[in-house]
Amino acid sequence: MSLASADSMMVRVGRYLKDNPVVPLLLFLFLLIGLLEIMRPGIVTPYRAGRDGIVSMFWVGNLIKFAIPLAMLAACQVLTMLTAGIDLSAGIVATVAAFVCATLSSIWGVAPATIIALLTGLLVGLVNGFGVGIVRVHPLIMTLGTGLITTGCLQVYQRLVINAGSEIPAFLAWLGTGRTLGLPNGLFLFMPFAVFILWLMRFTGFGRLLFALGSNEKATKLSGVRAWQVYLALYALSGLIAALAGLLYLGMIRQTSLSLANPLLLPSVAAAVIGGTSIFGGRGSFAGAVVGALIIRVLDTMLTLMQMPEGARTALFGAIILAVTAIYVRLTDTR
Amino acid sequence: MSDVIRKNAWVAGLVALLAVLLVVTKLIQPTFGVSGLESIARAALPFAFATAGMAVVVIVGGIDLSVASMMAVCAVAAAVLMERMAGVPALLIVLALGLVMGFLNGALIVLTRVPDIVVTLAMLFVWEGVALLILETPGGAASDWLEQSIRGSFLVPGIPNALVVTIICVAVVWLPIRRSKLGLSIYATGSDELAAFRSGVAIGPTKILAYSLCGVLCAFGGLSLAALTGIGEPVPGPYLLASVAAVVLGGVVLGGGRGSLLGPLIAVYILRIIRTILTLLAFDPNVTTIIEGVIMVGVVMLGTAAMMRGAQQ
Repeated sequence: MSLASADSMMVRVGRYLKDNPVVPLLLFLFLLIGLLEIMRPGIVTPYRAGRDGIVSMFWVGNLIKFAIPLAMLAACQVLTMLTAGIDLSAGIVATVAAFVCATLSSIWGVAPATIIALLTGLLVGLVNGFGVGIVRVHPLIMTLGTGLITTGCLQVYQRLVINAGSEIPAFLAWLGTGRTLGLPNGLFLFMPFAVFILWLMRFTGFGRLLFALGSNEKATKLSGVRAWQVYLALYALSGLIAALAGLLYLGMIRQTSLSLANPLLLPSVAAAVIGGTSIFGGRGSFAGAVVGALIIRVLDTMLTLMQMPEGARTALFGAIILAVTAIYVRLTDTR
Repeated sequence: MSDVIRKNAWVAGLVALLAVLLVVTKLIQPTFGVSGLESIARAALPFAFATAGMAVVVIVGGIDLSVASMMAVCAVAAAVLMERMAGVPALLIVLALGLVMGFLNGALIVLTRVPDIVVTLAMLFVWEGVALLILETPGGAASDWLEQSIRGSFLVPGIPNALVVTIICVAVVWLPIRRSKLGLSIYATGSDELAAFRSGVAIGPTKILAYSLCGVLCAFGGLSLAALTGIGEPVPGPYLLASVAAVVLGGVVLGGGRGSLLGPLIAVYILRIIRTILTLLAFDPNVTTIIEGVIMVGVVMLGTAAMMRGAQQ
């Protein structure tokens, strides 16, 4: 009897989490921020350390600033995960876009460079979409493969432009590092972007098709949906978003490197999974992923304060992905 | 019966392809001989072990995305241990480490009921982190005898040691199991999990053992990495996609239940020789990487397309 009631309790909690992943996530976020404040008094609330202000706008601004590119890459993962896919090429695409933009800016000017950078993201996305949608390769393998090929292309490209030097476009630097009213300028890009993604997922036919394909691909196909077109558009969009995130990240870091945004890939998957997006498709929310990205950044700060080595962080993020997925599987009893 | 013929036909075709590629290499570079073969066999070592491990888990119906990371863990563990203690116990510890990592992968898949591909994706990062924890920057030192064991061709004249080592290690791990009840269970689980369960195969333990085997083979791969470079490198190499491509090219069906370890191993050498040919044709090494990546993705695409057609029939 008690077992049965505990079981139904679990199912009810699971259903609630499934419907409103943002509520418990926000609670968790504030819990983590509280913990951080206890670890290092004064980091969030300067008045306790003898400075002015109840909440440090600088700290909040920094948190948001570094969470933005992560949240954008998490959008790639959320959208692809809705159809039970994943985009492991997102980190590399972001790196390539940033590198292409910075190097071409000094040759051809800023506007063409930005457009070409976005187009490279679109191109990689189209290749992914071709492999996943038309040839039906598993998205994980396909995006891993295109990631590898893209890395090779980046190295060849780097040798071609090695003498050209690089230049960070001014508007990207403004977006990446500037602040307005204490909040990072990146929000000027991110707010419309977030509204677009939320609108896309909730109010468009395309969004509904993503949910439908992830819930039951066969039924969706039998109701007349040309799945390959959806996949092609989805992965192309994902590539484009990744490229956009890479451009923003370039403005933030203001340096080019051949592995600029690659370390963001794993946290972006973790942010999407923490945000309640099921890796098995059919369930997910971008709002959750945004909170997930904030949580990851707070966790990151805590781990830095604890002087955790890089390896422990990587391992921990892997463990988080696995643990959260396993808990979702248990709670919702889906595979 | 016809199935046996078809399987052997696939392996025979691979052998023929390998022979053709060797002839092509000889035509491009007339001086290509034993030493060229030796360097190919040596460079193929880590790929061969990663592929063998991947083949076992693909046969059982899963996939292990963490092979490259497990190899990195084993390579750094070997380099660190061999610097501090005698070679043989260090070698045994590394093999045990591989076994434990594979066991953990399998146990997590069976216990959490999360699909293989998700669990091993998460474990990919966990093992990558563990490798970084053991050794933050490349370092350590592999034993001299380990480095020597894969060089030259003194064991069997004319045949590179690296090839002999590969065949012996894989055969010692795989053949006894292939012939035993466990081997049968692995194939049964891979070909139809439900049917295997109803015929009394313990599916969970079979899967865990298959992943443990993969871990052991990855430990061999890690040891060969340490032997090749002489140090431990904590960053995983490009072995994941290469092993999946070789497994598919080797005639092991993604989805499980069919294929052997011989085909994938031959496929590894085919892919390596293609790289050698590209290098001999004086391609930029980075361009070679791109072409290789395209070939591997293409192979996986063809394999998937073949599987889809097989599923429809």
